[in-house]
Amino acid sequence: MAVNTVPTLDRPGVSSDAPGPGRARRRQSLVTSVTGWSFVAPATVIILGLSIFPAVWAFVLSFQSWDGFSEPTWVGGQNYADLVTDADFGDAVLNTAGFTILFVPASVLLGLFLAVALNRRIHWIGFYRTAIFVPFVASAASTGILSTYLFSPQFGLVNNVLRVLHLPQQGWLDDPHQAMLVIAIMSLWGSAAFTTVIYLAALQDVPTDLIEAARIDGANRWQTFWRIVWPQLAPVTVFVGIWQTIQAIQLFDLVYTTTRGGPLGATTTIVFFLYDKAFHALEFGYGSAAAYVLFAVTLLVTIGVVVFQRRRGTEAF
Amino acid sequence: MATVIDRVSQTGREVAGSPAGGDRRRRRRLSGWHFVLLPVAVLFLVPFLQMALASFSPAKELLAFPPPFIPSHFTVDGYVKLFAETDILLWLRNTVIVAATAIVSNIVLCSLAGYGFARLKFAGRNVGFIVILATIMIPTQLLMIPTYILFAKLGLLNGLGAAIVPWLATAFGIFLMRQFFLSLPSELEEAGAIDGCNRWQIFFRIVLPLARPALATLAIFTLLGAWNDLVWPLIAINNPAAFTLQLGIANFQGAHQTDWSLIMAGNVVATLPLILFFLFAQRQFIATMTFSGLKG
Repeated sequence: MAVNTVPTLDRPGVSSDAPGPGRARRRQSLVTSVTGWSFVAPATVIILGLSIFPAVWAFVLSFQSWDGFSEPTWVGGQNYADLVTDADFGDAVLNTAGFTILFVPASVLLGLFLAVALNRRIHWIGFYRTAIFVPFVASAASTGILSTYLFSPQFGLVNNVLRVLHLPQQGWLDDPHQAMLVIAIMSLWGSAAFTTVIYLAALQDVPTDLIEAARIDGANRWQTFWRIVWPQLAPVTVFVGIWQTIQAIQLFDLVYTTTRGGPLGATTTIVFFLYDKAFHALEFGYGSAAAYVLFAVTLLVTIGVVVFQRRRGTEAF
Repeated sequence: MATVIDRVSQTGREVAGSPAGGDRRRRRRLSGWHFVLLPVAVLFLVPFLQMALASFSPAKELLAFPPPFIPSHFTVDGYVKLFAETDILLWLRNTVIVAATAIVSNIVLCSLAGYGFARLKFAGRNVGFIVILATIMIPTQLLMIPTYILFAKLGLLNGLGAAIVPWLATAFGIFLMRQFFLSLPSELEEAGAIDGCNRWQIFFRIVLPLARPALATLAIFTLLGAWNDLVWPLIAINNPAAFTLQLGIANFQGAHQTDWSLIMAGNVVATLPLILFFLFAQRQFIATMTFSGLKG
């Protein structure tokens, strides 16, 4: 992220050697500093107190063994070493990876497809747009209840539709092989608005003369899209991909409100694992270590994608 | 990321806007896209339709096999039971308090800080802003454990304060407001300075009234986040009197396992305010979406 500085008249704190005006200017810079900090201090203190400070504390905790009551003991890298051999954590990583592989490409493609579909002036377009965007406001708790009901094996609408079509009934959230799929579908429902809006904005930025030129050269709609429009969208695709990947790696809410990690641990994600370890088993140190592994993975994915894209010459960041 | 966000937020208004004018002849022809968009739109609405219909269904009918999508007759029994048997109104009140406090606090603190970082010159400004930006990268999951311990030490757990404090100011809000203030021409402020206004007067009398679009975005971002937050209240609040709506309805499935008309009625109460607000202020919501991926 580029942090651009505003053109300033004077660099603060730069005092000249001239004795008289130097002191006056130093005083002036002190006054401006006080004014400046009084604008930014309240919010800055809250944010630093509730993010930088806990983040550092979590790092210290990750090298300790602590249940919150007794004296914490220093265990060095033991928590991290335990994570490597913890089969439950391994499963949580696999489940999270499975969800990410299921969710991210689907969400990018769905957003792209809906944006292309909505990017035209036809009747009822306002209705279509509203219908697709409104699930964005649904909370995880609400989506969880709807998922449980719609995908209920006994009385869910989805199985009813299958019954009418003479297709076999499914276990959905009760089936270890399908539970993650249901969570992915409902996550798509809730997040399609975001990816669609981002792509819609980007589509409207594609220069029309590029498209017209391709048409004149005899390209059909399909060719025009994939050869001209799609490459133009590359930075946005990287941005959406990274964003959705971060969301996917941090999946928790919808798991909590549907399966609570089940059935048979099939939907226990990394965050669910750390929630369980920290707030049920009261292993604060171990949970913090898992949180830091999660943070590291998030950073690595982001950096990895950005570096990869830079090499290929498209820049999103 | 700033490049993409800036580009996208510029065009956000066009996305939100209704298609202007347009070619009449093309509009009259039935577009093939209707055959794609209509089923997709219906599919996206089905969960909400199901929620509304089930909330007005007789409880017994929902346990039939298979239950009808449209109830044989409409009843408000689910709502009557909801208000009689649960503390939903208390939870609604709690959520409104949390969200309102968060919105007011964010508008005040983030616009002050955003303006400070955008326009004022002071020692440590750039470092301060970079550190704040960096906190956006820190996942909330990393902060849960120490924040829980911290709040326990401060005696904040199990009260509404636990839900409010993390939402008093957001790094995203500061970033948003700073970007907005940077985009304002500085001539107005200079004119104010010439007229003898000090920094505070310039901010409150000249700049803040101009910031309404950005403040609307910030308010919606905060509203969505604070209203829908689940994981933090789940950890920090164990006391049913301080439950938020989300926490309350998340516990429904255990407590009222088979009473689906009650559960869905609760779901309607928790979701309808935001849906109505979305329909009412769709443009601002879309502008907010383009600026952030706040869902999660």
